[in-house]
Amino acid sequence: MEKYGLYTPRVAPQKEYFAAGHRACVGCGEMLAVRLVCKALGKETIVINSTGCIEIVSSLFPDTSWEVPWMHTLFENSAAVASGVESAIKVMQRKGKYADGKVNVVAMGGDGATLDIGMQALSGAMERGHDFVYVCYDNEAYMNTGIQRSSATPYGAMTTTSPPGKKSIGQQTWKKDMPAIAVAHNIPYVATASPAYPFDLMEKVKKAAATKGPAYLQIFSPCPTGWRSAGEISVKLARLAVETGAFPLYEVENGKYNLTMDFEKLRPITDYMKPQGRYRHLTESDIVLIEKKLHEQVQELRDKSSR
Amino acid sequence: MLSWKDIPMGAIVQTPGSAKEYRTGDWRSQRPVWDLSKCIKCGLCYIYCPDASIGWKDDGYPQWDEFHCKGCGICATECWTKAINLVEETE
Ligand SMILES: Cc1ncc(C[n+]2csc(CCOP(=O)(O)OP(=O)(O)O)c2C)c(N)n1
Ligand code: SF4
Ligand SMILES: [Mg+2]
Repeated sequence: MEKYGLYTPRVAPQKEYFAAGHRACVGCGEMLAVRLVCKALGKETIVINSTGCIEIVSSLFPDTSWEVPWMHTLFENSAAVASGVESAIKVMQRKGKYADGKVNVVAMGGDGATLDIGMQALSGAMERGHDFVYVCYDNEAYMNTGIQRSSATPYGAMTTTSPPGKKSIGQQTWKKDMPAIAVAHNIPYVATASPAYPFDLMEKVKKAAATKGPAYLQIFSPCPTGWRSAGEISVKLARLAVETGAFPLYEVENGKYNLTMDFEKLRPITDYMKPQGRYRHLTESDIVLIEKKLHEQVQELRDKSSR
Repeated sequence: MLSWKDIPMGAIVQTPGSAKEYRTGDWRSQRPVWDLSKCIKCGLCYIYCPDASIGWKDDGYPQWDEFHCKGCGICATECWTKAINLVEETE
């Protein structure tokens, strides 16, 4: 929050568009992220939401937590539906059948919905240049169906489909670099954000919404249930992920990288891993390997930022 | 129990934020208790609440929402001045 030290939470928009009463687990970091995103977007917003925890906990019929128009899609097609919504508004405005003015069309989904199953719909929507925002809430596995690995699951993490054992370290692949894939579509705005830095997060959401054309946000979303961690440290874990290099915060404006949060010295990765059961089985040498890779990734981002 | 006849076409819900009627406070096993002499009214607890369950009193101090608070304890962990303590629910 360094850069935003002048802000106090009091000056944040007070209105909630994601209401209490949702059924998320105690201490869910994903719903905190959704709440902050909605605050930043404000009233003139339409949300298109893939299946996943967010949709499940917020829309138990006949209840809804949403205070903006919201639509549930399939698991895989929120970006395609958002493309349709955006195009329909454009055409109806041209024909005078829809109030003038800017409407934020925002597609949302989990990491499974985004990095795996919905990627072709998202790729298409970014490539066609729709004026919309895509928000990926990254809790690093398919949590709603019981903690299955996704391509966002970090190397070494335990999930129900990447169990550690004599012949397996847990997740055997490194986290897919989805922001880089979004950047490769030459879209005007890509950023990563974390609910531990709420003002940075809300600034990025506002920037994304104000961008003409596609914008992609990937937001770190601690999941106490899936990570085997205590609910009260969800925000702390989100902060540690940034401070250790496990989830660096940066933005990419028209291809130009900028690390929004950097540290002279990254904290040891064990500070972040220790409180999480999903990393409990890792040996010291595993951790050294992981730390080395994460530090290299942060250095790469620094190099890109100074270019 | 709702039958299919009660459900509107397309399962449209017409009351925004109707989930507010649902008491998630029942899930709580611990509750936050403020020591207002330590509170500096910064509002960190407010901004970090996943359940939008912290608001404001007229005098500017935070007011928690007993009906919705699930007792996760993020507010107590994050508070700069350690003004919030978690106390076991007794009933
Ligand atoms: C085509 C399809 N396959 C599988 C499912 C079952 N399903 C529902 S939610 C979900 C997991 C969602 O994971 P993610 O997108 O990461 O969101 P999270 O729940 O972690 O927030 C799955 C597999 C589905 N609804 N549709
Ligand atoms: S499983 Fe994880 S992401 Fe889903 S509601 Fe629970 S804490 Fe949140
Ligand atoms: Mg997920």
